[in-house]
Amino acid sequence: MAATSPTQAPVPSEVVSRRPAVVIGRSAGLLIGLALVGFVALLSLRFGAHPITTGQAWNAIFDYDSSSYEELVVRTLRMPRTVIALGCGAALAVTGAVMQAITRNPLADSSILGVSGGASFAIVTAIFYLGITSPYQFVWFAFAGALIASVLVFAVGASGRDGATPIKLTLAGVVISSLLAAWTSALVLLDEQTMEVARFWMAGSVAGRPLDVFWVVSPFLIVGTLACVFLGHQLNVMSMGEETARSLGMNTARTRIICGVLVVLITGAATAAAGPIGFVGLAVPHMVRAVIGPDYRWILAYSVVVGAIFLTAADILCRVVLENGELQVGIVTALAGAPFLVFLARKRTVAI
Amino acid sequence: MTMTTPDFAMPARKPDDKPGHVTIRNRWFAVRLNYRVLGMCLFTIGLLALLTVWAMTLGSYRIAFGDVIRAVGGNANEEQNFIVQTLRLPRVFSALLVGAVLAMSGAIFQGLVRNALVSPDIIGINTGASLMAVIWIAYGFTAIWLPLAAFLGAIITAASIYVISWKGRIVPGQLILVGVGIGAFLSAGTTWVTLQFPIEQIRPAIVWTLGSVYGSDWGDVQLLGISLLVLGPLSVMLMWYLRALQLGDDIGRGLGMHLELTRLALIMVGCGLAAIAVSIAGPIGFVALMIPHVARMLAGALSGSVMLFTGVLGATFLLFADVVSQHFLPVTLPVGIVTAAVGAPYFLYLLYRSNARV
Repeated sequence: MAATSPTQAPVPSEVVSRRPAVVIGRSAGLLIGLALVGFVALLSLRFGAHPITTGQAWNAIFDYDSSSYEELVVRTLRMPRTVIALGCGAALAVTGAVMQAITRNPLADSSILGVSGGASFAIVTAIFYLGITSPYQFVWFAFAGALIASVLVFAVGASGRDGATPIKLTLAGVVISSLLAAWTSALVLLDEQTMEVARFWMAGSVAGRPLDVFWVVSPFLIVGTLACVFLGHQLNVMSMGEETARSLGMNTARTRIICGVLVVLITGAATAAAGPIGFVGLAVPHMVRAVIGPDYRWILAYSVVVGAIFLTAADILCRVVLENGELQVGIVTALAGAPFLVFLARKRTVAI
Repeated sequence: MTMTTPDFAMPARKPDDKPGHVTIRNRWFAVRLNYRVLGMCLFTIGLLALLTVWAMTLGSYRIAFGDVIRAVGGNANEEQNFIVQTLRLPRVFSALLVGAVLAMSGAIFQGLVRNALVSPDIIGINTGASLMAVIWIAYGFTAIWLPLAAFLGAIITAASIYVISWKGRIVPGQLILVGVGIGAFLSAGTTWVTLQFPIEQIRPAIVWTLGSVYGSDWGDVQLLGISLLVLGPLSVMLMWYLRALQLGDDIGRGLGMHLELTRLALIMVGCGLAAIAVSIAGPIGFVALMIPHVARMLAGALSGSVMLFTGVLGATFLLFADVVSQHFLPVTLPVGIVTAAVGAPYFLYLLYRSNARV
């Protein structure tokens, strides 16, 4: 165990590139990414238990004929889950990037840090225990749960001599998540019917979610995500470290609070719409960072695009991978994202 | 200033004769036990005995304290004999044995990594055992091999964590984080398996994943007892090697130890203990994390006698938690939820104090 000092990342010599070639290249990449989002969305409408052609999918959106079975399937089943997957994927990925910047912790993710655990505990309590069924009401529980859990995790994780090291934040998040999961199970344990619903909900899935839940949370998702995207400059400064940021004239406490509020709102909203979906916020920003480098203005924009593609593609995978029945997308993202955590943990910069 | 005379007269003290200790030494092993810690053990065992009897008086059918003691010997009336001997005694024994086994396994892992935040539940070893066990239960394989399957799950997980975090040496922080990642991966697998089955079929497995000693029978007690009889003394004996390892690899090597073999033995014993507990009671959390720490706080650095004390303390704690979960809550809950409710805040407090330097 070496004496731990807050990991001082080497200040990159050229974090922010203004060379026109770089800017044009990255913008073009972003446009290609947007085109891919459209392509994945189309695939998501087409793939599934019932085969649907591109033309039928097109008609279902722009020229809806409710007598056609295929168009009905697209409208009532495929479209909601595609929209939810796109929205939640983008939002979760961007919050992951924001958390990684403000905690200067490469392992930050809303599921690892217990934020989505808090939200889902509050939602399960509201729906199954207090009998609240309207999404207009239980989304507020999600915000409260996410807020309490994240404040607790950061209070405990940032305490002590060394401040918020990745490992302390991770352990605080893991333990608070497991405590909340135990309480959630205790709540649903007594009633078999509730347990049946809750166990699928707790796995995290975008399938079979009513679209009206998504409409309730979409303002938070969209506004929150856009706000995050425009924080790139602040996050660039923050990621140089507390002291550097302050000496550059930044009000770091204010930036932290703004980012924290955005993270809580977005995670609460995404959890209300899709259940706790983990590791999107961990994996996507790291993939993006590996390709385009450490400039947060680009990382955030790319995270939105890649996050949407990632979760939608994972959801398509859920539908085609099993011969009968479906996987829950939360399981796929955990199975794909947890090795990321292992990979990052082996890097010397993270530990310790 | 007078010259101190070199005390040639003093006989060289044999290392066995450290005051306040008793040494058991023979050809194969040597254990030095601390009288003070042995006294604490005896005191806790007394407490545990009282708790055991008290636990058996409670329930929808109340039995008086004296009647419980008579019923254990089979001298009370028939009804009381039946209730105590076939219903309450196995459960009480399972609870206390599971507690002892879990706590000792936690102590081994914490000692091995030299970090108080490590325990088989945090670094995913229990998750590995429980994934195998859930598969075993869900697909209806023979129940008799369940402990072996859980052990295999635990040992494969421990080996993967060790191999993946090995980079010429083990850095505790990296090992913990790798374990957390592997644990997340495996628990996603467990969720996947449970979602494949209808609720009526999988409910036992789900309840089991919360950790409970409900419905234990004498077969479970037998298995736990035998494992503890084998692995308990073994882990007490291994404590000397563990302490030598804690001084650093160079000193260990200088003492003529085979380092990787010693580590392997400790990991095998730790995994064995964890797997037995998990296969009987499910992944009961936080006992393995909290109890070794409390024991070290009360009795001092890890040694053979402190290992014994850890076991006794774990037994007392889990039995008490089981009594609380069974009788003193508005609804009956699996004991794993009670230990989480106590253990998670304790862990956060440890983290907050940063006592456990990570």
